[in-house]
Amino acid sequence: MSSNVATVNKPNLAVEFAGLKLKTPLMPASGTFGYGQEFAPYLDLNQLGAIVTKGLSLNPKAGNPTPRIAETVSGMLNAIGLQNVGVDAFISEKMPFLEQFDSPVIVNFFGNTQEEYGEVAARLNDVPGVAALEMNISCPNVKHGGIVFGTDPKAAFDVITTVRKRLTKPLIVKLTPNVTDIRITARAAEDAGADAISLINTITGMSVDVRTRKPRIANVIGGLSGPGIRPIAVRMTHQVVQTVKIPVIGIGGIMRAEDALEFLIVGAKAVQVGTANFVDPNAMQTILADLENFCIEQGIEDINDLIGSLQL
Amino acid sequence: MKNLQTIVLANQEISPGYFRMRILAPGYKEIAKPGQFVMFRVRRSLPPLLRRPFGIFQIGLLPADCEGMPEKEFIELIYKVVGAGTEVMRELHEGDRIELLGPLGRGFEIDDEGGDKILVGGGIGLVPLYMLADSLADRSKTRLLIGGRSREDIITVTEFERLGVTSHVTTEDGSLGEEGLITRILERKLDKYPKAKVYSCGPMPMLRAVEMICSERNVPLQVSLEALMACGVGACLGCVVKGREHSEQNPEYLCTCRQGPVFHSHELDWERVEKNTEQEESS
Repeated sequence: MSSNVATVNKPNLAVEFAGLKLKTPLMPASGTFGYGQEFAPYLDLNQLGAIVTKGLSLNPKAGNPTPRIAETVSGMLNAIGLQNVGVDAFISEKMPFLEQFDSPVIVNFFGNTQEEYGEVAARLNDVPGVAALEMNISCPNVKHGGIVFGTDPKAAFDVITTVRKRLTKPLIVKLTPNVTDIRITARAAEDAGADAISLINTITGMSVDVRTRKPRIANVIGGLSGPGIRPIAVRMTHQVVQTVKIPVIGIGGIMRAEDALEFLIVGAKAVQVGTANFVDPNAMQTILADLENFCIEQGIEDINDLIGSLQL
Repeated sequence: MKNLQTIVLANQEISPGYFRMRILAPGYKEIAKPGQFVMFRVRRSLPPLLRRPFGIFQIGLLPADCEGMPEKEFIELIYKVVGAGTEVMRELHEGDRIELLGPLGRGFEIDDEGGDKILVGGGIGLVPLYMLADSLADRSKTRLLIGGRSREDIITVTEFERLGVTSHVTTEDGSLGEEGLITRILERKLDKYPKAKVYSCGPMPMLRAVEMICSERNVPLQVSLEALMACGVGACLGCVVKGREHSEQNPEYLCTCRQGPVFHSHELDWERVEKNTEQEESS
């Protein structure tokens, strides 16, 4: 059959996993997209595979002192401190805006204790407009000396089990890359009943102003994001896809369609775009258009044919 | 409020280390208000990764290139070369492609009353005051007080004067105008015009001194703040300042990009604002 460019059909970009139906495999990464409203003047939220909110806690959280951000080579450090309006204010003030779009709303959340995680999850489970929850386990466990839940497979398993019991909606667990072997926490998440895994969260880092000899962010240590971390994120996504049976969402330094494709090819069912939203509030729309063009160019009718098509 | 892919019309060094860039900016004249800013990005280039915020100096029209074409709307930015971002900017030439997001943020609140107005600028901080001066009702009663370290730091004063504004200059080394700090002139002027309204932009120690002078005398003050920011649209929460009602239980963080960059001084918790911005920005 000869190819006929003039009559080529639009490729299918829709993906399905963990009971979620996404129009496209693109969604924003939590914390880079506010509560959606901030970006509405710049892009059509209905074109997104999903809308992922800023992380919510049981009570409003003030966040860290400034400076909170610092630019690095091909990336940025941040220590915002999970500033957010709290789960109740989110439900009453932010959710009505998000409900007007037909893109599924994925709400990111976190806690300081196992109980807090469970309580926030339970409150969000009752909100009809919430399609799924994404659980941030990169938080210190205040009851156990502040060791980050996600760096201890046992603590991760326990807190995810607690949340699972109080949740009927799909549960996505977002993994921290700041571990020796991410496959171990990925397995713990799967065993505890996660429906999907998203990775990676930011990589911890530090930068010093040599003139003032002070850390460039007030919190001293921050999370590194941006294009510089992408190869690490692709590697970890690959490793986790090979390890667990549940679907995986790839995150880390996606700036262009080609970057998103790397994650899909190693087996991510969808991807999240983070820092790129800061650089260009319209970034996801550009990536989406280029993704479609790539499929047309390569004769790919369905993006699902690309997912996990890595040639080894 | 959109992302504009556009070109540089001119980029000139106007004083050692200070550049003035004229950028083609259709649509700005209609909507941009004094005190608003843009997020500037050298198109598709890495590094630097993040855009840089710049106050708009002025907006204008150039004659069309040929008959039948529309006039060319432009904006002007004035920037000081201080780091990686501005080092890239200084190398740009006419015709180079760039991206502008804006106009962004809340500008100065301007009332139509004709009374005395005092604009206090520190160095590059006078940039957002030019459009403000231009839009004040009674320019003969508008005074610009501008301070800098040395004569090189005093820029565009004659342009303010052409608007009908009276100017007073101080430099720390006495190389231009009076020797000393601009706040001393502010005190003098407020002794003479106690009902004046004050508008200010500049480094934090200066703003803090201006705030103390104004609050002691119950003089209304609006300030334009600078902050490190990644997005400019209220999402990254990198540029927050603490509001007057802030507490750990009821956080009142204001985004410089959205609730600012211009604030009424009574909206801010000055003790904390000053502490938070101790670290000098180098972009």
